[in-house]
Amino acid sequence: MTKDVKTILLAHGSGGSHSRRLVEDLFAKAFTNPLLAPLNDQAVFASPSGRLAFTTDSYVVKPIFFPGGDIGKLAVCGTINDLAVGGAEPLYLSASFIIEEGLPMDELERVVASMAKTALDAGVMIVTGDTKVVERGKGDKLFINTAGIGRVDGSLDLAPTNIKAGDSVIVSGTMGDHGIAILTHREGIRMETPVESDCAPLHTLAKAVLDSAPSGVRAMRDPTRGGLATVLNEFAASAGLSISVREDDIPVKDAVRGACEILGFDPLYLANEGKLVLVVSKESTDAALAAMRSHQYGRDAAVIGTVEEGPKARVLIETSIGNRRILDMLSGEQLPRIC
Amino acid sequence: MKYVDEFRKREEAQGLLRKIREISRKEVSIMEICGTHTHSISRYGVREALPPNIRLISGPGCPVCVTSAADVNRLLDFSRSRRDVVIATFGDMMKVPGSSSSLQEEKARGGDIRVVYSPLGALDIAREDTGREVVLFAVGFETTVPTVAATMLAAREEGLRNLSVLSLHKLTPPAMRALMDTGEIEIDGFICPGHVTAIIGAGAYGFLATEYGSPCVVAGFEPIDAIMGIYMLVKQLEEGRKDIEIEYDRVVTWDGNLKAQEVMRKVFEPADSLWRGIGNIPGSGLRIRDEFSDMDAEKRFSIPPGEDAEPRGCKCGSVLKGLITPDACPLFAKACTPEFPIGPCMVSSEGTCAAFFKYRRAA
Repeated sequence: MTKDVKTILLAHGSGGSHSRRLVEDLFAKAFTNPLLAPLNDQAVFASPSGRLAFTTDSYVVKPIFFPGGDIGKLAVCGTINDLAVGGAEPLYLSASFIIEEGLPMDELERVVASMAKTALDAGVMIVTGDTKVVERGKGDKLFINTAGIGRVDGSLDLAPTNIKAGDSVIVSGTMGDHGIAILTHREGIRMETPVESDCAPLHTLAKAVLDSAPSGVRAMRDPTRGGLATVLNEFAASAGLSISVREDDIPVKDAVRGACEILGFDPLYLANEGKLVLVVSKESTDAALAAMRSHQYGRDAAVIGTVEEGPKARVLIETSIGNRRILDMLSGEQLPRIC
Repeated sequence: MKYVDEFRKREEAQGLLRKIREISRKEVSIMEICGTHTHSISRYGVREALPPNIRLISGPGCPVCVTSAADVNRLLDFSRSRRDVVIATFGDMMKVPGSSSSLQEEKARGGDIRVVYSPLGALDIAREDTGREVVLFAVGFETTVPTVAATMLAAREEGLRNLSVLSLHKLTPPAMRALMDTGEIEIDGFICPGHVTAIIGAGAYGFLATEYGSPCVVAGFEPIDAIMGIYMLVKQLEEGRKDIEIEYDRVVTWDGNLKAQEVMRKVFEPADSLWRGIGNIPGSGLRIRDEFSDMDAEKRFSIPPGEDAEPRGCKCGSVLKGLITPDACPLFAKACTPEFPIGPCMVSSEGTCAAFFKYRRAA
């Protein structure tokens, strides 16, 4: 963009001419759409009919570029996914940037280009935003907040309280890719098969499942921080039922398993940024699984367990050698700054 | 995954458990020394799958847990008094509570404390900013020591002058002898740690058989390794044999890794060491040799000893000696949980309390 300034300066957050140029030459050009174009303090649009979903999330991942993605792609996908798991069709996003003084301009440009591409591919518009710059040493390169608005179909009712005994638990693919991609990249651990983050927008996958089994999907989550184990425990607690899963049926890439063996992590507690966990009725299981497997982000989808009457609010796992134990929630922090 | 899946096969595991039930007649107490065994045994529900006459006792095999309260407080005092120094530590140490805080809290209050996954991580930090002192808090058994020694040798070779090590290392065989000498606990045989033994060699346990009449089996950490190790030990006990056997023969030899032993000896020499719950054990620690005293953080910063006070009500000492199981501690799963740990055995992923808490048996 700017030919002369190669680095983010405090002036870029001042509200003056540097700010203006940053907004006009970088953000407005990259995110271009009619709602953003007036560059007002707010985006004004006609309200869609029916119910709306509204969500926000902040992204502080370190490093800001990692195999399979970057903080910008993550910020767009993460908020799309938070809408998608509520059954919402994502429409509009906001994007706020907190930038550390001294960030190379080309790094910001790459992040913004990645956001623009992700949003375009996903069919959502970034319609409003903000930029602040903090002094060198007071931030860590770049933090992004995105909020999103989506439209929810009339009768759709997704909630873990709807879960019933006999339902199936399905995951859309391999567990732990994002967590291991960030960790191995950050720590400079070289793997024979490098693991890429699974960071992806999941709204079309979610829609495909909902279309395949309109009344059979009980609840849906994206297992980010805390991983699959935490989502399953939340489901079991809300439903007041027991969830039983089989370790052998949970898809995990060999490279992720290998890294976990070396580093002492459990893939079931690692973050994912492109996966869904669903509970569906027994009757809808085959249709939901088939719909997921025919979608690019659900090819490795698998049924991993069932909901049972059993001990209330407990998740049980049958280990690979055939004994059963409790699968607990994540306690404390497994990995800092992964999203 | 190669070297993993073949040791997690359901049919084989269940078959071995059946064989154990078939041959086992005597009431026996078996100690698994290593925290990684405790973890694997709990994770795969092995304890509960054994007949009731076989009692598994978890031993003092978690390096973070056996680090004395005095040493934990010493680390915290040092961090508070030298905010200018970068402290490199393994992740599990971060949450261990001392008398008034933890490294995690000291970091939040401004200490530059960084988690490394290997001692070489400390070397990288020292290289990046040669103007700052970097101290590696070196906690660990014989498995960790050679890489710490190699790191120190590399730093010397490169002429790096800002890296030093606080050696809190512990040695396994002297602790096993000390446990037997206390007479507080009846142990019929030992499952010995696979990776420690890969370094020191299975021959290091010879005294347990000859002097104490305790058979030993060195086992790997996959569930089938652990079960096979228990089977071999039970078989010895049933037949009245007192041998040192190796189950983990894809990694462990009788003499161990001679190269690693040489690197260890070059940098370290045995010294007395304070163990949580057990007290001072002669020759169970490692001190940095005089030739490397410039890299000895203890000397370089004159680090004084810390307060030797156990957390109130905490029974980690008894857990580490195998006198009680974690659920016999009044704090277990009530006041003391992985989220709010009171004792180190609940903090470390290798700690006995953490393993018991995390992998509670499905009711």
